[in-house]
Amino acid sequence: MAFIEFSGLTKSYVTDADRVDALRSLSIDVKEGTFLGVMGPSGSGKSTLLSILGGLCRPTAGRISVDGIDLYALGQEQLADFRREYLGFVFQAFNLVPYLTALENVMLPLAVKRIPRREKRDRALHALERVGLQNREGHLPSQLSGGEQERVAIARALVNTPPLILADEPTGSLDSQTSHDIMELFNALNAEGQTIIMVTHNDEIRSYFDRIIRLRDGAVHEDLVGRTRKLAAAG
Amino acid sequence: MTLESIVLSNLKRRKGRMIFLILGLLLGVATVVTLISLSSALTADVQHKMDNYGANILITPRSDQLSLNYGGIDLGGVSVDSRSLKQADLQKIGTIPDHRNIAAVAPKVLGTVRVGDQRVMLMGVDIDKEFHLKKWWSIEGLPVREEAELVAGRSAAEALGLRVGDTVAVENRTFRVSGLLQKTGSQDDHLLIVSLPVAQDILNKQGTVTLVEVAALCADCPVTDMVDQISAVLPDVDVSAIQQVVKTRMHAFEQFQQFSLAIATVVVLVGALVVFVTMMGAVKERTREIGIFRALGFRRSHIIRLVLLEAALLSVVAGLCGYLSGMGVSRLVLPVLTEGHVALYWDPLLAVAAVALALSVGALASFYPALHASRLDPTEALRAL
Repeated sequence: MAFIEFSGLTKSYVTDADRVDALRSLSIDVKEGTFLGVMGPSGSGKSTLLSILGGLCRPTAGRISVDGIDLYALGQEQLADFRREYLGFVFQAFNLVPYLTALENVMLPLAVKRIPRREKRDRALHALERVGLQNREGHLPSQLSGGEQERVAIARALVNTPPLILADEPTGSLDSQTSHDIMELFNALNAEGQTIIMVTHNDEIRSYFDRIIRLRDGAVHEDLVGRTRKLAAAG
Repeated sequence: MTLESIVLSNLKRRKGRMIFLILGLLLGVATVVTLISLSSALTADVQHKMDNYGANILITPRSDQLSLNYGGIDLGGVSVDSRSLKQADLQKIGTIPDHRNIAAVAPKVLGTVRVGDQRVMLMGVDIDKEFHLKKWWSIEGLPVREEAELVAGRSAAEALGLRVGDTVAVENRTFRVSGLLQKTGSQDDHLLIVSLPVAQDILNKQGTVTLVEVAALCADCPVTDMVDQISAVLPDVDVSAIQQVVKTRMHAFEQFQQFSLAIATVVVLVGALVVFVTMMGAVKERTREIGIFRALGFRRSHIIRLVLLEAALLSVVAGLCGYLSGMGVSRLVLPVLTEGHVALYWDPLLAVAAVALALSVGALASFYPALHASRLDPTEALRAL
């Protein structure tokens, strides 16, 4: 059984005037350990897909399961528990809490877990170390560069050792060198077996994915499986 | 990192909003504390004055026809000879269960005497007790100290042309006027006051008294109970509580308290409104942040707890500061209201109540904002996702 299964996933937004189908009967399976890139033009449904996968947005129809859990059969609070235990989010705008230090931001997902303070701190320090920010723990987000903020966000996504990391345009606001550094970091995590699903429209980083799904008008337009680095190199 | 530490970090950062909320609640609590501490200090003041105010129980001969007038005794036209109490019986008053609450038992004998060609009311009193009991008596000269002295009421003195130091013949005895009573506006103005045994002699009422005033300490004693107890030991007399003055004063006081309560309620409501608006504003300002928390796996209940914890923490601070400010204001105002002789009582119970009030108002006013925060749609809150 696949780690993630979408079947007949549909999401429609109904406005006063008309009805917009953001996703049209999408059916995809994703294996554990995949580094999946979801690409496509604006409005193709990438972000909606990520929101639904993140348990943040209920689909109009269809079913989605992660590790055998039927997500939208869960109640609101259980969905929150699912996000905490299964998911690490890396947002486009980093979304760090401005009044918390790097270390505290990384500890956020642990704030509502009943584990000793010391362990929370150790785990957060370890996560910061993994993203190469061991010396910046006491800095506020405003005192960090864009790349560093992104690393804090990644450390925060890692701290709970979730089975799945969801990343939304993590390189969207970074220069090309920093983007590649960040992608190397994701690549290293994936090499350790971490499943990652990343939404992007940055073609420069497509070579890092081992599967790419291109969406167009809410449907799968292209599904490339295999080390795309090679595909990209081949042309 | 816990919910509590998130709250503390947030408060450290948003000091301005925090101070605004604290001030709103603080004003409410301070007003309530001021009014409560003032009214309890003033109640104590009233009670203190009542204790010093003389008699509050009157013992008179049992009668079914007399209309009593001076302090309850009307002497006009009715013979009082047959209406008297045995002085020896008065010792029984000291045997009642609540005898510790009796501050003074002041017997007196009344009757009319002839001075020159005028008829005047003569009152024999227990010198020490009477002058102690009637603190409002202001005497020009000195009170009665020995048998051959008298103090004249202002009207009696004017009618008889008496001055301090004069001698005057009453019936067949001569007295020196040791003092004149300043005008009291009561029937005391018409009296000649001498010592009890002398008056009993003159009036030929040895061993009897006309009425007895009893001063009971009023702060915690049920006067009506004491009336019953005295009636039990002196079955043949009328014992009544003088509650008129107390009641009037207490009534005025109750009105003050009700007025205070109304003002306090309004101020607390305004405080609650300030908390509500501030917390709603804070939640709106933190929409994105709440979205992040939700996306990271905070439950709705965690968000509610975050908001309520913050409100609770600020409320406790506001409660404590409100208590201190309220007591400070009371301390400034009290001397003006009571001529400076009432001490302010630092009641720990009031401090606890102030904090509890702030906490409940803060929590209640923040409940809807907390609920609203927990209902925020994380995707709406994050937008970017």
